[in-house]
Amino acid sequence: MNALLATVRRDLLLALRRKSEVLTAVFFFVIVTSLFPLGIGPEPVLLKKIAPGILWVAALLATLLGLPRLFAADHVDGTLEQMALSPSSLGLLVAGKILAHWLLCGLPLVLLAPVLGLQFDLDASALVILTLALLLGTPLLSLIGAIGAALTLGVRGGGVLLALLVLPLYIPALIFGAGAVEAHIAGLGAGGHLSLLAAMLALAVFFAPWATTAALRIALE
Amino acid sequence: MNQSIIQWFKFGSPQAFYPLAGRMIPWFWAAAAAFGIAGLWISFFVAPTDAQQGEGYRIIFVHVPASWMSMFIYLVMAFWAGLGLALNTRLSGMMAQSLAPTGALMAALSLWTGALWGKPMWGAWWVWDARLTSELILFFLYLGFMALQAAIDDPRRADKAGAILALVGVVNIPIIYFSVKWWNTLHQGSTINLTKAPSMAHTMLWGMLLMALCFWMYSIAVALTRVRAIILERERHTDWVKHAVE
Repeated sequence: MNALLATVRRDLLLALRRKSEVLTAVFFFVIVTSLFPLGIGPEPVLLKKIAPGILWVAALLATLLGLPRLFAADHVDGTLEQMALSPSSLGLLVAGKILAHWLLCGLPLVLLAPVLGLQFDLDASALVILTLALLLGTPLLSLIGAIGAALTLGVRGGGVLLALLVLPLYIPALIFGAGAVEAHIAGLGAGGHLSLLAAMLALAVFFAPWATTAALRIALE
Repeated sequence: MNQSIIQWFKFGSPQAFYPLAGRMIPWFWAAAAAFGIAGLWISFFVAPTDAQQGEGYRIIFVHVPASWMSMFIYLVMAFWAGLGLALNTRLSGMMAQSLAPTGALMAALSLWTGALWGKPMWGAWWVWDARLTSELILFFLYLGFMALQAAIDDPRRADKAGAILALVGVVNIPIIYFSVKWWNTLHQGSTINLTKAPSMAHTMLWGMLLMALCFWMYSIAVALTRVRAIILERERHTDWVKHAVE
């Protein structure tokens, strides 16, 4: 457990020394969501209807933007090999790196989403559901994305390939995440959608670090 | 007893499997042709015209088997991928690699025939229904698998990385299957039900099953042909390949 916390602390410290990388993804999220009203037109009824989908797709893409950085720097300078050789299990260290990635790339999106939701005329209760859904969904995105990042480590055209591998796997999270807000607006209650998101998150917490570790070992061979 | 186990594992070596695959391929082609002729005959001449959908429904004799095969091939691919990771056999990765293009073809065929069927029946080429969407996701998964394998130069690393991706993607197969129950939308429910008597005419069912067998045999024949090419390509530095090609 100490190893996990040490990894989280190290990655957060490294990110704080290079703030611009983290902030780029956050600003990307803000800009992409602001582009949609400009492209579609300012009718509040339409914007309110498509808001959950837009915010979720933007969150998906913003998470994707940060994924190549997850292991690349450590792979280049050899830190990753040292991690694989270290006495504490690689799975735990990888879990720490994923947690740090979520704190840097996922959590800011969750905190920003209510503000951006106001732009789309969502009411207070819908904003609460949106934030809850993103709180459950963004860790899921980081966990699944880590598998793709590990698989494409050091591969030609890794960034585009990563999108091709990871985006189809993100679709269930998108459906239930955006669906939760839509169901709430339609008066159906978001409980079912949020429960399914939480179930997928529980599955991913268990399996994703393990699959990521296996993929990293292959990349390090 | 040990004798028989050794006999089977012998074919895990590409060198032993290459001639075996060569001997099996004509049989699978013959089976595919036989099932195909019988299936097409039933589906075009024997099966009655559907009361509601007219003659247009006959496209399901291609559409349904293609959908089944696209999902089934992904499972088989994941099985070989998992076997390759567990036992570290070279042939398993080659099998997974040879199955992927056929699976992608089946998924594309299923989407295409589905669109042709949807236009007269629903009045739209495409609707955002659960089963169509999950078939599309499956198609994307095949593309991702092939792209990942193509991007990695070292074939052994490509096999292993693809194997992990296939095993992660196999989570998608139950989602496809249960999607009908999860989101109940425009697509008609599954017509074939194991617990109830099928709600379609028996001749239609026979036509569909025969066509599914035809697609199945075709997929095996094509995958074996492709795996022979992959074996030759990867083992080209060995002596036996030089003799085999001569």
